[in-house]
Amino acid sequence: MPVLEGKELRIVGFLCNWCSYGGADTAGVARAGQPTDLRVIRVPCTGRVDPLFIVKALLEGADGVLVSGCHPRDCHYAVGNFYARRRLEVVREFLPVLGIDQRRFAYTWVSASEGQRWQEVVQKFTAEIHALGPAPRLEDAKPLLRLADMALSSLHPLGTGQKAPLDELKAAIRAKLPELECVIGWQQGYDAAHVVPLFMKTPEDVDKLVWGPLNVNNPAVYLPQFKGKKVGVVVKGCDARSIAELLQERLISREDVSIFSIPCEGVLDMARVNAELGRYTKIDSVSMDEAGVSITADGREHRFCMTECAQGKCYGCTTPGAVIADQRFGAPVKVTPAAHTPPELAMLDAMSLEERMGFWKAQMERCLRCYACRNACPMCVCRDHCISDSREPHWMSQADSARDKLFFQAIHALHLAGRCTGCGECQRACPLGIPILALRQQIARAVGNLFDGYKAGIDPAAVPPLLTYAVDETHIHEREWK
Amino acid sequence: MSMIRFVASDGLPGLAASLAKSGRRVLVPVEKPAASKPSVVFAPWEPGIAMTLAKATVPPKDAVLPECETLMTFRKSRDPADLNQTTVELDPVEAARPTVVFACRPCDARGFAALDKPFLEGVYADPYYRARREALTVVSLTCATGCETCFCHWVGGGPTSPVGSDVLITEIEGGYVLQAVTPRGEELLGATDLADGAEKFPLAEAARKAAWASLVPAPDLKDAAASLRAVFDDAAFWEAETARCLSCGACTYFCPTCYCFNITDEGEPESPCGGKRLRSWDNCMSSRYTREASGHNPRPHKFQRMRNRVSHKFWTYPENWGSFLCSGCGRCIANCPVCLDIRAIVLDAVAAARGRAGA
Repeated sequence: MPVLEGKELRIVGFLCNWCSYGGADTAGVARAGQPTDLRVIRVPCTGRVDPLFIVKALLEGADGVLVSGCHPRDCHYAVGNFYARRRLEVVREFLPVLGIDQRRFAYTWVSASEGQRWQEVVQKFTAEIHALGPAPRLEDAKPLLRLADMALSSLHPLGTGQKAPLDELKAAIRAKLPELECVIGWQQGYDAAHVVPLFMKTPEDVDKLVWGPLNVNNPAVYLPQFKGKKVGVVVKGCDARSIAELLQERLISREDVSIFSIPCEGVLDMARVNAELGRYTKIDSVSMDEAGVSITADGREHRFCMTECAQGKCYGCTTPGAVIADQRFGAPVKVTPAAHTPPELAMLDAMSLEERMGFWKAQMERCLRCYACRNACPMCVCRDHCISDSREPHWMSQADSARDKLFFQAIHALHLAGRCTGCGECQRACPLGIPILALRQQIARAVGNLFDGYKAGIDPAAVPPLLTYAVDETHIHEREWK
Repeated sequence: MSMIRFVASDGLPGLAASLAKSGRRVLVPVEKPAASKPSVVFAPWEPGIAMTLAKATVPPKDAVLPECETLMTFRKSRDPADLNQTTVELDPVEAARPTVVFACRPCDARGFAALDKPFLEGVYADPYYRARREALTVVSLTCATGCETCFCHWVGGGPTSPVGSDVLITEIEGGYVLQAVTPRGEELLGATDLADGAEKFPLAEAARKAAWASLVPAPDLKDAAASLRAVFDDAAFWEAETARCLSCGACTYFCPTCYCFNITDEGEPESPCGGKRLRSWDNCMSSRYTREASGHNPRPHKFQRMRNRVSHKFWTYPENWGSFLCSGCGRCIANCPVCLDIRAIVLDAVAAARGRAGA
């Protein structure tokens, strides 16, 4: 080892027990010489390789990660590598947003008889990693703080829902209420400028229901806890997509949920509203017109135009109307489809890999791991069984480094691959304003590119792309090692 | 008369700099600009830092109870002659560094006072906490006005309360009056070259009075403990109060008085790197918090966890230590993703208990 000190890099290999591990053995028996940088971890199947293995290895100092398994159509478990192929493609597309060069990760197929091919794979991948040099460490990155440009144009007119037929909606809820456990909606919070979720159980509760751009919470987050009970829910377009995704994953039953919808004209970015309001003792009044909201606090009036202060997700929203609903109220909002990159993602796209790593270091340093992001996410359905709390295995260190915190965000994002509907609750819930939605958006974009423009939570009958496979993938081209 | 000093409007960063010169760690509120919402956190003072006087998003509790600290490191080795003989080496922790928390708010300072009781005044004093606490000087900036989510005056504090502080800074026209309220504060101020501010003190007193005058009248919470006891077993009450709770840890981790922690051994004691024993913040909103080794969990539902949080702050801690475990900073309300309001829960409990007594 001392002879190689400084010359050797660290490459972690996850090899399937049935093919590639045998292939490596064949190479060894045949005395096929290989570089010694690779450290092999044997796994039962590439399907067992959780993307978090790869991210953890790369964040904790591996210079490269190689996954190798049976050739497609030759899996010991018939289809394990078909699933793996989709997952590994997604993780490969995800790495750059963290500031990790995607060339540091590769996957390939080597059968047990292909000793010579194994030798080529190891030689070629090791040479590539040596060409890249030692991986930059998050610890050494230069912190970078940058703010997303929120001057955006939207795909549909933004407004405050002044014409929404709230009374009609309330009447319909009252009529349906006797059949339901409760109906989830929104009510005024601790003051008139803040709105919080409402659980309507009695007709009097229905009087508290409000509609407008302050209705930021996604009520779909509460639905899985009511599984088996009949509940109603009032939704915006993005909330309905979460419900559709929950239905796609059979986490709730369609017959249990009554969906009331009003087309959404956009919600306010409460972070910017609260920043503008600053410290105040009392809200005097909140008034709305078509274009925006005026809030008077301690005698000072603040104006929030929807075109300027809507949440980032609202500008690119193509589903202001619910994709699924039982009762619809109000006129649909017209959408003009166009290409749109969410603002936080556009900001990261414009950065170099080095800058992205510095960006996440600077952002994650102030994370306290309160997990508001996780608990506000309607798709985070493990709830009390999150991997972050697991002690056996101990995936997450209790140490409070930016690296450990970013690792959790990477796990969350990867667990949402093909599932995240982009409701943005993770970022809105973060008390420290860490722009974590960008990580989910990058994955959603990768999933769209890989799987024919797939979007989560549009069609309740569609199978999420990572829960299925195709024998011949349209957009995945297996890399050859020649 | 306590020691009074005066510093001009632009003088506070200079004061922080001079305090840092003597090798102290001076934690100042710093605005993190590139966030999707403005967040202010405490960070060690260094030249060019974006110091602000705004109330911090995260309280300075970290100064005495870090988010994660290494209690000790350990290494296990075997005797090569007799492999059954193992020795465990324990490395002591480093000594606490003299620290000044600069320009926190009276609610933050009151947080330190609330933490002192369980950590220092119980049967055992926590040595890690004590070392940090004894090396700590708290310089608080009194608040000029109340705030919608603040309720310090409900729980025995106030915008100008000296509890937990060593020095109080009050903004007046043209500068700040600094008043030492403890011997430690006098020592800190005495070592600076600031001008005497005794003749300006009446102006500071007037500013403090104006701050109190801006507050909305506080309800009486003297029945809070008894009321929470009365409604403890009313599951319907607690389920209704916590229906929208998401069970995250924002309320506890952003609280200046929450002090629960978890201890974890990490690393490999027999490897050259050794192992370490970490103490990190824990969160009673998490289901794992109460899960026992047997797998049994006495608080499986979120309403039970929130009931515990509110009851600890307004009933059981006051029973043990004589004051609320809440400094009324309102961060649990402002930082909650669903704006769950602990004030409303306590008031509803008082009303519910009164209703029961009347019935």
